[in-house]
Amino acid sequence: MQRPTPASLPLAAALIAGLSLTPLAAGAATLTIATVNNPDMLIMQKLSPEFTKETGINLNWVVLPENTLRQRVTTDIATKSGTFDIVTIGTFEVPQWGKNSWLAPIGDLGPAYDLNDIFPSVRAGLSYKGTLYAVPFYAESSMTYYRKDLFQAAGLTMPAQPTYDQIAKFADKLNDPAKGVYGICLRGLPGWGENMAFLTTLVNTFGGEWFNMKWEPQLTSPAWEKAINFYVDLMKKDGPPNATSNGFTENLALFSTGKCGMWIDATVAAGVLYDPTKSKVAADVAVAPAPTAVTPHGAHWLWSWALGIPKTTHQLADAQKFLTWSTSQSYIELVGKTDGWVAVPPGTRQSTYKNPDYLKAAPFAPLVQQMILSADPEHPTLNPVPYTGVQFVGIPEFQGIGTTVGQDIAAALAGQTTVAQALAKAEASTKRAMTEAGYLQ
Amino acid sequence: MREQRASLPGSIIAWVVAFLMFFPILWMLITSFKTEAQAIANPPLIIFRPVLESFAAALSQSGYILFAENSIIISLVSTALAIAIAFPAAYSMAFQPGKRTQDMLVWMLSTKMLPPVGVLVPIYIICRDTGLLDTRTALVIVDMLMNLPIVVWMLFSFFRDIPKDILEAAHMDGAGPRRQMIYLLLPLASPGIASAALLAIILSWNEAFWSINLTASHAGTLAAYIARYSAPEGLFWAKLSAASVLAVAPILIFGSLAQRRLVRGLTAGAVK
Repeated sequence: MQRPTPASLPLAAALIAGLSLTPLAAGAATLTIATVNNPDMLIMQKLSPEFTKETGINLNWVVLPENTLRQRVTTDIATKSGTFDIVTIGTFEVPQWGKNSWLAPIGDLGPAYDLNDIFPSVRAGLSYKGTLYAVPFYAESSMTYYRKDLFQAAGLTMPAQPTYDQIAKFADKLNDPAKGVYGICLRGLPGWGENMAFLTTLVNTFGGEWFNMKWEPQLTSPAWEKAINFYVDLMKKDGPPNATSNGFTENLALFSTGKCGMWIDATVAAGVLYDPTKSKVAADVAVAPAPTAVTPHGAHWLWSWALGIPKTTHQLADAQKFLTWSTSQSYIELVGKTDGWVAVPPGTRQSTYKNPDYLKAAPFAPLVQQMILSADPEHPTLNPVPYTGVQFVGIPEFQGIGTTVGQDIAAALAGQTTVAQALAKAEASTKRAMTEAGYLQ
Repeated sequence: MREQRASLPGSIIAWVVAFLMFFPILWMLITSFKTEAQAIANPPLIIFRPVLESFAAALSQSGYILFAENSIIISLVSTALAIAIAFPAAYSMAFQPGKRTQDMLVWMLSTKMLPPVGVLVPIYIICRDTGLLDTRTALVIVDMLMNLPIVVWMLFSFFRDIPKDILEAAHMDGAGPRRQMIYLLLPLASPGIASAALLAIILSWNEAFWSINLTASHAGTLAAYIARYSAPEGLFWAKLSAASVLAVAPILIFGSLAQRRLVRGLTAGAVK
């Protein structure tokens, strides 16, 4: 008998393994949901068996880093592949994707859903030309976190509405690197959604804007120079070392471990900072509105992680059922019961901010509500602008432009260039990108 | 002949460089045994009470077994297919070269210089139209094609070490190319084939771009498993470290065991 030849072994192995190459096809009632790994989404995944129990619809989760998720979902929608039935996207994408007809308009979610309970500013941020294209899972603005114990020790009082000049003076007094406390922590990590989110609000309140009404970049304007010089000087004097590595997550770690006197960032961080199991400073943290300078316009941002349904889905009705379940008031109550009220998805519904259980667990809630209600993406700057969005410019090109400018400013923060050089470089690259995109002749 | 011994300064430099290269892996390992609060402590904690809670979370929350199973099947099957195709190709190029063989080899290698994202949309559409999106089959084919140039080059280098006379003698005895490959070349070049296979398995195991872009919830590999722990608004350093340890441990152990063979494979032909 002839023995099998050695050369046939790899082929045989491939053939045998090939039998198990394609996993079993999923049943008909299975939704595929693309999402990010934020704490609120983890709770949603944990509680999703409740949805399956109620409806019989199974859920598959695809969890990806934020930028990868955008690219992955964009590819899938642009090629009309229909892999995802529900996608997690933000206020940056929703209006643009709605305009491109990539998302199914949110239809009637039933009388029990109470769409009017959702904050109007959040609904507006998730709409294009008056049509809602996604429902908010949670929403945030920005505000000032500070250590009331350090303020008290230094004889300082946080005003009801701080200004950036006051913040700089407070940071000077609180800064004590010998004791491991820095006066202020701010984002330095380059990226349109990282340092540029904060810096755009800073420039807005200093009276600047990204573009004038003719879409000409304004990055070398006096307002930009003043704002960025203020930021670089403040961080060099009173900020932590190597601040260009610090984004939201890193600053959250620094503040929660007692390294920062103040921090201006997303309201969603309050849930962690006030939780004694996650924060060393839970008893000493306090909040104030985001500081202002020349104008209150655009001084604090508006962002929402929302759930939308790609038009390419084959399961629109089932997808709508999940949207209804996961963004309803009853879901918020479910989280309150299972994970505690401080963990409920914030910033979406007015009824949450009337709930005594939530108000008791989250003393920061009234300010968050005030910040979200007063954020105005339609009028983000002192001067009129052709775009919407407080901490971003709602055009597809902004991701690239914002990240490039973020890198230039990070170079200035790291001391590799001057602010004037960084802004001149940023202005030139932005002008080039806008010309290539056809906004400028 | 006296054995040449390394100088002390040379040894110290080598150890320092080796430690610096290994440090990120060591730090990842240390962090994986911390709680999330310990993981973000500043200054970083060196002495702490190790806990396994991050491993428990990484194993229970995100279906590690499915991702590990996908990684094993995809890397082994794609490697087996790559070897099966590269073996006769390298035989032909090494022993019966044509005028354009060298050009073809260089061209094959040049495809490795193409940024994968440049062909993302066409490959995505092909997978969509053939129903291969989110299947292991798609990743097996892509990984196999991705590793094929390197496997062909490695086998080609090994085959060139084998004296042509042996194959000519077999030819004189009436053995055709198929018999030459099976009964002569395969046993003679088995160390080279093993090296090429090891490298292909490691490259396939570590491949992330296609694993993330062509899969959703069924066929993702451990590279996609790690990616899910990167969060824009969450603190998951300990869990991310634990997930990374779980993802790299199998291939790290495998690589250590096969180190000697791998180095020989990578340096084949380099000293001529």
